[in-house]
Amino acid sequence: MAEKVLMKGNEALAEAAIMAGCRHYFGYPITPQTEIAAYMAKRMPLIGGTFLQAESEIAAINMVYGAAAAGKRAMTSSSSPGIALKSEGISYLAGSDLPALIINVQRGGPGLGGIQPSQSDYFQATKSAGHGDFHLIVLAPASVQEMVDLTFKGFDLADKYRMPAMLLSDGTMGQMMEPVTLDMGKVTEYDKSSWAACGTKCEREHNVVNSLFIQPDELEKYNFERFERYAQIEANEVMYDEYRMDDAEICIVAYGVAARVSQNAIDKARENGIKVGMIRPITLWPFPKAVLNAAADKVKAFISVELSMGQMIEDIELAIRCKKPVLLCNRTGGMIPTTNDVLSKIEEANNIGGDK
Amino acid sequence: MVVFEKPHALADVPLHYCPGCTHGIIHRLVAEVIDELGIEGRTIGIAPVGCSVFAYNYFNCDMIEAAHGRAPAVATGVKRSDPDNNIVFTYQGDGDLAAIGTAETVHAAARGENITVIFVNNAIYGMTGGQMAPTTLPGQVTQTSPYGRDTSKVGFPVKVCEMLSNVDGAAYLERVAVNNVKNVKNAKKAIKKAFQNQLDGKGFSLIEVVSTCPTNWGLTPEKALEWLEENMLPYYPLGVYKDKFAEKEDK
Repeated sequence: MAEKVLMKGNEALAEAAIMAGCRHYFGYPITPQTEIAAYMAKRMPLIGGTFLQAESEIAAINMVYGAAAAGKRAMTSSSSPGIALKSEGISYLAGSDLPALIINVQRGGPGLGGIQPSQSDYFQATKSAGHGDFHLIVLAPASVQEMVDLTFKGFDLADKYRMPAMLLSDGTMGQMMEPVTLDMGKVTEYDKSSWAACGTKCEREHNVVNSLFIQPDELEKYNFERFERYAQIEANEVMYDEYRMDDAEICIVAYGVAARVSQNAIDKARENGIKVGMIRPITLWPFPKAVLNAAADKVKAFISVELSMGQMIEDIELAIRCKKPVLLCNRTGGMIPTTNDVLSKIEEANNIGGDK
Repeated sequence: MVVFEKPHALADVPLHYCPGCTHGIIHRLVAEVIDELGIEGRTIGIAPVGCSVFAYNYFNCDMIEAAHGRAPAVATGVKRSDPDNNIVFTYQGDGDLAAIGTAETVHAAARGENITVIFVNNAIYGMTGGQMAPTTLPGQVTQTSPYGRDTSKVGFPVKVCEMLSNVDGAAYLERVAVNNVKNVKNAKKAIKKAFQNQLDGKGFSLIEVVSTCPTNWGLTPEKALEWLEENMLPYYPLGVYKDKFAEKEDK
């Protein structure tokens, strides 16, 4: 049994990346994720890895693109405004079918916004991480342990499906300390020789890493193929957690820090006799549509608890085909809903139908 | 007896470049150098956005297509992924390298990134149909400077070699041209040195090749070469702008 250690979310994530075999980190300072870069700056030189502070977020993601194109596990981390700058490179990673891990420790926006925790990059991460037809695998940790586990998982999924993955965290997860286990098992090695640009050794045809296809039918073909892969991911890689859903009449949907607040509110509401539970998406893309749709046949209402102005709520409504009302319990700009905020929304949901 | 053949590093495919364009010559020089140094199997080229966007089809070494201006950052990622083995070059035009990618260029040089940059300066955006480039000459007519580049409104051309010569991390900077046999020979010597520097771990080398764009200059290939001599070369003088290690050897 592996030893538990007390670690800060950002640092635990960084160590997990190293344990996942990542030896190439490229970043740029931005609050509240800078501990990741600082940790990598300390560790990478000691293990023969690369830590490089780029001149910009744009350069950092393109360095990741280069290292990934050469067949290496590579990552970058940033926070909301910085992720916006990376979106060009993220689209190129997707278009060139390159695996990489991108960490977004979200802060409030829009614009320069603030430096407090937020979930307002949900749309950006799940719908439009860059131009063109593509998806990212989006993983949402709700504890320091999940920062570790999902970093490991993120690298693996990225390699398995040859696409970029994003860990969508927030300032709370990044900054808080919790006991974690860093025992994640064996790293699966993927054979990249058929596509990586790492030198032909004059033994094979040259590999070309590219996202340009001037012939529209050819570009369409590649997009179709990519979406066939995405369909497999939607079928096989959905992750979520259920909390007290067995007899629930109200279903909270929340991820990350919002899920932790919601869990406390659920326990309190249960003490008052309200049957409420939670489905917590761990993958935001692919979104746990099936389990939500099934829950819609059992519960009378959903509540989306978010640190944003109602972004995930749209995916919930789509997943349940608007069969039941979905209430929104939210704060934004760096504010976090309190247990009482969620509790009053649970009571409001409980009054739907008027007979209780 | 074979007296002339295609370099092995140059793919045996038709190039898409316009008649009279000098990209073909520069591609060939790069490929000859790769052959002569015996490094094809460990070379990774980075193609830009611009006329040479399809360069990934023209070299037999592994190739990566980069976003506009980002080639030096991509090259950094590739180089750092296996610094002892990988020989990495970027091939970029003036819009790519000196406008949208200025930051990537300057900082790759400042880091002394051990890569080779081939910079093709023909004073115009070719691929998009002839717009004003960062290197468009004062008074030069382009699609987006239809009355001639007015320096009082849009400023002056960027002289890349001169600018980078003040960057401590840059090892070797030379401006060459491919408008006549003598200059082509010099250009090849410079390109070879820029790759050799990388093999020797000397750091950032950039070769600026002053080139033509007959199509967007609206000139015949022959007239374009004359225009280059009369207008480009006085503004962009050829020569070595920095050779960090030669200076040391002299002392």
